[in-house]
Amino acid sequence: MGKKADIKLIREDGLRHDGRKPDELRPIKMEVGVLNNANGSALVEFGKTKVLAAVYGPRELHPRHMSLPDRAVIRCRYHMAPFSTEERKSPAPSRREIELSKVIREALEPVIFSELYPRATIDIFIEVLQADGGTRTTGITAASLALADAGIPIRDLVAGVAVGKVDGVLVLDIDQVEDEFGEADMPVAMMPTLGKITLLQLNGVLTPEEFKEALRLAEKGIKEIYKLQREALRKRYVEVSLEE
Amino acid sequence: MSTETVKGKVYVENRQLVLPGELLAEGDVQAQSPYIYKVEDKYYSAIIGLASVEDNKLNIIPLEGFYLPKVGDLVIGLIIDVGITNWIVDIRAPYRAIMNASDALNRQFNPIQDDLRKYFDVGDYVLAKISLFDRVHNPVLTIKDRGLGKIVHGRIVEIQVSKVPRVIGKKRTMINMLMNETGCDIVVAQNGRIWINCSNKELEDILILALKKIEAEAHTTGLTDRTRNFIREEKARRGL
Repeated sequence: MGKKADIKLIREDGLRHDGRKPDELRPIKMEVGVLNNANGSALVEFGKTKVLAAVYGPRELHPRHMSLPDRAVIRCRYHMAPFSTEERKSPAPSRREIELSKVIREALEPVIFSELYPRATIDIFIEVLQADGGTRTTGITAASLALADAGIPIRDLVAGVAVGKVDGVLVLDIDQVEDEFGEADMPVAMMPTLGKITLLQLNGVLTPEEFKEALRLAEKGIKEIYKLQREALRKRYVEVSLEE
Repeated sequence: MSTETVKGKVYVENRQLVLPGELLAEGDVQAQSPYIYKVEDKYYSAIIGLASVEDNKLNIIPLEGFYLPKVGDLVIGLIIDVGITNWIVDIRAPYRAIMNASDALNRQFNPIQDDLRKYFDVGDYVLAKISLFDRVHNPVLTIKDRGLGKIVHGRIVEIQVSKVPRVIGKKRTMINMLMNETGCDIVVAQNGRIWINCSNKELEDILILALKKIEAEAHTTGLTDRTRNFIREEKARRGL
């Protein structure tokens, strides 16, 4: 990796280092039902970031004493594969991964009707296969698709995207380079139909005006991602009926 | 696209595919599904399914999902553990079911003398009914009814739980067709296990293929006729 001086984050023509416009998402690919052994699964790619999500449950919780009498326990594991980064990442869960697991769980908890399944558990596994920035929001996007695929009742799909500030410009869906050398990074996840935010983090400094603008930008990106999510879910059923 | 009724507005058509978070209706409509939720006076879907609209009655038939026990349901369980006074049974639900010896043996029994493995052992299938289940208790099974008990012959086919209504069909049309065409006995349990009993191996294979076909194409229309043709073709091909 170069130093800041090596990389022009915003080029002279106003485009970003990878040729995107400031408010442009990376190319997104989504596929639902990719794993046979999980109850629900999804593979989501935001540019070079690739994340696999698998959902198990509701199922019996062991150890029993962890179960709750009035709702299902939601467990979430965010994990980066050793081969997901440029330098091998130790497969042991790092401090960062443990925190992200919690943050992602809290972003998904409000959409799940966990009160329908007392004493049970819903397990969400998020595996980062290739990391290039925005893995937590990609993970949330994939996990909500996997939840829908598992047939678990949810209020809405959750879509996430990170907004950043690089060279003084607010940009949508930042990648690794922009995250590393930019001035701010703000991951946002939402339930788009209900217009509710389930995740909002901010690393760096934004003025109140910039923050409002960044949130507006995130919302715009999330709406686009949400459309793709719905398409990905729909596609499975259309494909089957065309096979005849 | 919206259908305006006297009381409320319905935004979806009958048999339309709905996704979680999709706005279904507004105002005074009757939502008859646990998978429809209400925010203020708007109704949304919570799962992937097919909408069913009748006047201002709204329902969703799930396309994905798992088995949630209901008292009175007929299920096929798999014994996974034998206790001193009961069996633990897997019914493909989030909760493991319990079958009590006193309920299954239909006579007085003494846990010191009786070994429950003599009656049901791990790996046995049992056709049972759910006699008790609520938020606080795991489901309890009973075999005290006609036709219930250990399954000793035939085969068990597993399909997705959300496809069970399709295998039965409206007014049992599908299952009657399957039985007439193949001559097999079929018992469809609510938890997605199907017990089939055929006179020969070829018919059994055809029936399993037909069941798998219904499972894969559950959301399409005209399935009963297509499955009937499929069975006839397969029978002709195999010279039956």
